[in-house]
Amino acid sequence: MSALPAAGPEAAPSRPVLMELKNITLRFGGVEAIKDISFDIREGEIRAIIGPNGAGKSSMLNVISGFYHPQEGEVWFRGRRRPAMKPYQVARLGIARTFQNIALFDGMSVLDNVMTGRITHMKRGIFAQGVWKGPAEREEVANREAVERIIDFLEIQRIRKTPVGRLPYGLKKRVELARALAAEPKLLLLDEPMAGMNVEEKEDMSRFILDVNDEFGTTIALIEHDMGVVMDLSDRVVVMDYGRKIGDGTPAEVRANPEVIDAYLGVAHD
Amino acid sequence: MSADFLYGVEVVLNGLMAGVLYALVALGFVLIYKASGIFNYAQGVMALFAALTLVGIMDGQVPFGHLINAIFGTDLHGFGWTVPAFAAILLTILVMILFAWCVHTFVFRHLVGQPPIILFMATIGLAYFLEGVGDLMWGSDIKTLDVGLPQGASLWIEDSTAFLGGDGFYGFFIDRLDVAATLVAAVLVAALVLFSQYTKQGRAMRAVADDHQAALSVGISLNFIWWLVWSLAGFVALVAGIMWGAKSGVQFSLSLIALKALPVLMLGGFTSIPGAIVGGLIIGVGEQLFEYLVGPSIGGATENWFAYVLALAFLVVRPQGLFGERIIERV
Repeated sequence: MSALPAAGPEAAPSRPVLMELKNITLRFGGVEAIKDISFDIREGEIRAIIGPNGAGKSSMLNVISGFYHPQEGEVWFRGRRRPAMKPYQVARLGIARTFQNIALFDGMSVLDNVMTGRITHMKRGIFAQGVWKGPAEREEVANREAVERIIDFLEIQRIRKTPVGRLPYGLKKRVELARALAAEPKLLLLDEPMAGMNVEEKEDMSRFILDVNDEFGTTIALIEHDMGVVMDLSDRVVVMDYGRKIGDGTPAEVRANPEVIDAYLGVAHD
Repeated sequence: MSADFLYGVEVVLNGLMAGVLYALVALGFVLIYKASGIFNYAQGVMALFAALTLVGIMDGQVPFGHLINAIFGTDLHGFGWTVPAFAAILLTILVMILFAWCVHTFVFRHLVGQPPIILFMATIGLAYFLEGVGDLMWGSDIKTLDVGLPQGASLWIEDSTAFLGGDGFYGFFIDRLDVAATLVAAVLVAALVLFSQYTKQGRAMRAVADDHQAALSVGISLNFIWWLVWSLAGFVALVAGIMWGAKSGVQFSLSLIALKALPVLMLGGFTSIPGAIVGGLIIGVGEQLFEYLVGPSIGGATENWFAYVLALAFLVVRPQGLFGERIIERV
């Protein structure tokens, strides 16, 4: 295996570990999608998972967000071992995500879509909401304000009332990011946030991801195909190939890793 | 104004009232269909079951009395008390919530992701099962339901509208029960719309209706929402059951009103709450007016088929119904 250190000391110096994946193995029938992979995600960093098609990147993200349950291995989050959980329970822990093929509520407006991101922050019971005045109203106003800030931040004010189904692809991706952000997640998972975008849209999205990381200090784990983007964005990179981890480190270290070059970067590498 | 015209107006008014009852049943269908894609054939039987339970509780009847008597040779019939209508309604709501939980936990939870036709067949099974349970639990005789709603013609409306016509006109004949049903339906619909637009659970309900994966990813428990939706549909069924039961007695033919809700849904669209209301009113008025205007010349009894023919005509012109969501897809 590679001689790279698990985490480059200059990449994330002394930052506490937010999530740690220990010896994760995931099988579908006889196929091993993930083979004994371990890595960690540190607070406040942008962590990328890269690899060729079918390397198991999306499976990895689905393990983190609770959509898949690994047969072996442990998931540690904020210093505690996370038991097998349903996706909605994982979301309630403060892990938000977007999807490769966009999963939005097409019939609802942009505003309502982003509001659903606040569901984990709505505590008032059904009766308080029925009375409406008082606590429930204050809560709704506070949530609404948080949502409006995110809408402003991602520059989607003009389409707030538009049903999401009518939006072009690039904007849908941005609305999905807004919904995930609205949850004020401790860990934000982005599954190919720039897939299918043109250069300009990619630049916009990169800027938003960096801004989110900067301004809110949100920890981000993302999967991306576009190597240039990944190298510019991320603090540390995990490289997967055929379900195995073949590299882990800063973009510079990964670039220099011969195994990674063979498996993935060979063609694109300069 | 001519008496004929005024009579026509009365027909329309009564049609509107009948339409409200159709709409109430259709509403239950829409709730479940929207959130889970299940076309619940059992909605009419749920209304029947709710009404049976309500009467049974009010009269202090022993549930499964006949069965217990047959097995143990006892002679149980009633507890010997009566329960006030309000308390009985609350208890019945609890029964419907429990029923919703059972339906979801024992049936539909295991059918998630199955094709719609399988889900539909399951609801047909559920309908007959529930009808059997209702029979076994409360007996099959026709019961009267009186929860204290006003009954009979409204003399006030009759007197205050009598001046409109000449000597042969005594004012509009309108059943006070129909007026009450209309008011209740209006409140119910307003409450449902407010609930789905402005509460956390309502928003979650709409989210689940739209995309399961996305709903999970924002922290919504699908099982909870489906239970909630079946509970709401059970509640709506209870309201419909009370109205129909008060009007024509609680009897097993009540479950057949579910079929009348089908043309209502064709018209209003399967996914729209306002659509269910407007569809119900159109069917109610259309039915009565058609019978009044055309019925006599073609031998009457047009109520039996008019709604279905109207729905068929609508299907040809606008398959998604009046208010159904048009599927917007970018290519």
